[in-house]
Order: sequence, then structure tokens, then C-alpha cells
Amino acid sequence: MNYLRRVSLLSRLPALMAVCLTLLVANTAQAQLTIEITQGVDSPVPIAVVPFGTPGQGALPEDVAAIINADLRRSGLLRPLPKDDMLSFPRNKYEISFRDWRILGAEYLVIGNVARQNDKYSVHFELFNILSQRTVHSQTFESGLNQLRDLAHYAADQIFEKITGIRGIFATQMIYIEAFQNGDESQDKFRLMLADVDGARPRLLLESGQPILSPSWSPDGRQVVYVSYETGRPAIFRQEIATQVREQLTNFRGLNGAPVWSPDGRTIALTLSKDGNPEIYTLDLASKKFTRITRHFAIDTEPNWTTDGKGVVFTSNRGGKPQIYQVTLASGRIERLTFEGDYNARPRVSPDGKSLVMVHRENGVFHIAVQDIESGDMRILTETYLDESPTIAPNGAMLMYATRYRGKGILAAVSLDAGVKFRLPSKQGDVREPAWSPFFD
Amino acid sequence: MNNIITMRSLGLALMLSVLAGCTSTSTQDQDAANNGGADSGVTVGGSENAGVNNVPEDTMEDEVVLDTVFYFDFDQSMLKPAARAALTAHAERLKANPQSIRLEGHGDETGTREYNMALGERRGISVRDFLSLQGVDASSIEVISYGEERPASMGSSESAYGQNRRVELK
Repeated sequence: MNYLRRVSLLSRLPALMAVCLTLLVANTAQAQLTIEITQGVDSPVPIAVVPFGTPGQGALPEDVAAIINADLRRSGLLRPLPKDDMLSFPRNKYEISFRDWRILGAEYLVIGNVARQNDKYSVHFELFNILSQRTVHSQTFESGLNQLRDLAHYAADQIFEKITGIRGIFATQMIYIEAFQNGDESQDKFRLMLADVDGARPRLLLESGQPILSPSWSPDGRQVVYVSYETGRPAIFRQEIATQVREQLTNFRGLNGAPVWSPDGRTIALTLSKDGNPEIYTLDLASKKFTRITRHFAIDTEPNWTTDGKGVVFTSNRGGKPQIYQVTLASGRIERLTFEGDYNARPRVSPDGKSLVMVHRENGVFHIAVQDIESGDMRILTETYLDESPTIAPNGAMLMYATRYRGKGILAAVSLDAGVKFRLPSKQGDVREPAWSPFFD
Repeated sequence: MNNIITMRSLGLALMLSVLAGCTSTSTQDQDAANNGGADSGVTVGGSENAGVNNVPEDTMEDEVVLDTVFYFDFDQSMLKPAARAALTAHAERLKANPQSIRLEGHGDETGTREYNMALGERRGISVRDFLSLQGVDASSIEVISYGEERPASMGSSESAYGQNRRVELK
């Protein structure tokens, strides 16, 4: 049986690309997201990132030090000093007066230079420990002319990791849904967007007058999978980010939902109700074979893979209320994981496989909660309203989620220890269903 | 909101359903939908609205109007007694004049999106099963869930939620 077909035939691609590019240009200027940090740790490490030198050229199109500062501040673990407090802008280590920086209270110092060489930038930066007056890290790397932001995020990742021991996520991306709805269905607009994880450089992946939902990444970060109603019914599509080529994966009667890629990239777990009831299935991408995983008259949906790829966690109301269960694929054995409260749904497993984040209802309000899988201990991480769709950063230190703020759907983030919180307010439609990318390497 | 529908609109729903390529078994669904989807599925970045408004109205007339939106309680997919009279009348008309219909299930914004998608389908199935018990051919009824993605009321109040937990007969 051929369950699969090519939607975007290669012959049609040029026309499609033209549509995309037009929308892309129109869109980038408007949909910027701005970060507001609402809570940080008690004593973040003070660091001074000196404005980078730009020998032989004027101002750069991007302020590299400012991007690094914003990244580090958003981590909550570091506290960049304001540029106005700095007594000097050293460009090399011989110009550094360690005593001055010590008096300012900085524990670390970053200096750097950006040099332009024909069609690329070469960046050198150095990280110093003020107290020991030693170089902690120094690096030179190159980027294309339109990649200054990437380069700044990369530097921020290096600096963050050297100081905290945690791999940085500033160079990662996110996909999310942006919806424009005013109650008149004929004017509805749904967009699947891709952006840097700080909200910058938003890019349109798909726009439709029909709902788009449940976006999810392939483990190599090159493709996304999502549900689109463009055919008049829900159907699952995958789309390659670089080429925009799409493939329709399902078109069954009933639900075609909640697709998530397996850690090895070979399989997609999803929800289908073609046999009369919502059940979890897997789709082998090579053979196009669907395998039914759950068999129960209750609702089974919202699958997510365990880190080792051997199991799937999912939401089920088989106990009367939605709770989270885990199925071991080899044996089919099903185990209930959540017991606290009467609504736990849409689980996501942390990269280390030890925790589960989910939507948890308490006193009628929906929050994001994290549970230690081994001990079963649950902790509520957010206290906003209608919190949903948690997605964990690939370093496991932070999660992003959708919530409402001043009547609009926005994205917000919280560290898994709940110490750091910030939000990314939208200037346009309702922003929701964030999915944090994997590391790109 | 348009809470009523005439037989004229039912005729229109029939046309749409035929256009959408409804069939009865899942294998055929796949093929039929593949064919039907070929036109609307190809626009990356475009918005190809299937467009009820684009279909010319036909000339069937029937002045008696019936409710076509049926409401549900929170986290419930059980049909309310209030819906029965109108649904029974719909069933009589569908038996007298068989045609394909579409039941669109919806939920409110509370709770997770895909779980609400499943709940929306359950609500649609409740209506389908009721019509089927009244003698309507179940294979002429398609249930499509929109979950919380197409609210009838944009607010976040209890009354808005009540309007959004619904099944629309089209």
C-alpha cells in the first residue's frame, strides 16, 4: 500500500520558492520578539564583555558584544556589566588593567576583534579570569558576511561553557506557530516559523489559512514535522528546512496528530484514530510501515520518545483523567508515570532521560511541571496562566513554553531548576507551540 | 455566529463533501484524499482556502431551520439532552434525502492541544453515533476534529469556553 506521496514535486519547486521568498522578506522586519527577564538567580557571575574592536572598518551591521551580553544575561547564570561602567575598552591583553576590572566587580573579562577579509569575517576573542589574570579560553574563527549573529552566539556558547561547565544553547533555534485569528475563519492565518532561540531572524516555513500545529524537529535539525489542515483534514507533513521540500506522511480518516521524531531519526511516533479510537502509532520512514503501539478504548495521544528510543511516553485518560504513561516498545508493557493531580499531559523527556516535563493542572490552572522519573517527585515550574507546550533545550538546562500575557499568546522560558525566567513577547499574532532545536553539529 | 442552517446549506455541505472526496474505508480514504489534496497541498507559504464562500449557492429551499451547533461540558463528549430534538430532525431529513455531512468537533483553549484534538473527535463521534442510531447511514458522516484551533469565541471567559466546546454540522 502506498500511504505516502510527494507533495512538493521538484518541478513545482521554483514557483514555491518564489512565494516563500516574498513572504520571507515581508516578514522578517515585523515579527521580532523581545526578551524580558522576569527572574534570575540570586548571585549570577559578573562578567565584562568589552565592545569588540573592528580594525580597519567602521561599525559592523551587528554589535557582537551586545549579542553576547544578551545571551549571557538570558542564561540567568551570568551578569554582564553595563558598557557605561567600563573604564576602558581593551583590544588585546596588554591593554588590560586587571585592577580596574576587579574594582568594577567583574570576575571574568571578554575582549575581541572582528576583522573583515574580503567575503568573510574573522573573529578572535579571549576570556580572562580577573582574579588569576589568566586566559581561560581564546579562539579565532571565521564566518560569512551575513553570519555575524551566528558568530556572536557561537562565542557566547564557548564563554558560557567555559565558566559554567554547561554546554551553551545560544546558537540553537526554535520553530513555533504564529496564529492570526479574529473570529472570522475566512481571515485566519497560521504560520510555521523558524527563529534563533532569542527570537531574532524569524523565517517563514509555511503559511496557511487552515490550522497548523504540533511542530517538531528531526534529531539532525534539518527537517520539521507538523500537522496541517490544508487539505480540509488534519494530515502530517515533513518539510526539509533548507529546500522547503515537503512530503505528506499521513492522510487517514480521523486524527492525524502529535508527530514526534525518534532519537535515531528513523521513526515518527504519532496519533491516529483510523481504527475508531485515538491510538499511538509509529511510522517507519524508510519502509513507510505504520505500527500500532497502544490498544485501549481511552484517548491515547501526545507521544514523546524516551532518550534511548526504546519507549514512548504519552497522555492517556485510561484511568479516567489525563495522566502520563510509558510504553516499552519491545514488550508492549505500559506503566503509569504520573499520579499527582487530575490533569497531566503532553510529556517531554529531558535529554538525560531522567526528567519529564508536562502540562499539569492545579486548582483549575494549567502550569508546566517537571517530574523526576525515578522518584516520581513533581515540581511546578511556572505560575502564569494557560501554560502549555513545554520544550526542553538540548542542554537540558532550560525549557520554553507557551503562555498568555496581556491577552496574547507568547513564549516564555524557565530554567529546569526554576531559578531563571524570561519571556519573549510577540508584537504580532498569538505565538505558541515552541519546539527547541537540537544542537547543530 | 451563525447557529442555524437551511437545507440549502446542507446541499452545499453535500457538494463540499463530494468535492473533498469522502469514501467509506480507510484505504480508499487515503487514495481519495490523496487525489483530492493534490491541488490544495502544494503551496508552501500560500493559503489555499477550500472556501465555502466560493461555492455558488444552489437553489434548494426549505424554510424550517434547525440548530447545527451542539454544545458540550468541560472535558465531556456526552451529548446534552437539549441537542436531541434538533439532531432527531436532522436525522429525519438525512434519511429522507441521503447526503454526506461533515461533523466538526471543537474544544476550548484549556488543556493541551492534541488532547483537545482527541476530545473534539469524541464529541463529533457522539453526534455521529446519535444520528446513526436514528437510522442515518454512518458512512455518509465524516467527523473532523479541530481541537482548540478554531474557536467560535475568541475570549478566555467561561461563556466563551462554553461556546467553543461544540460540534458543528456542515
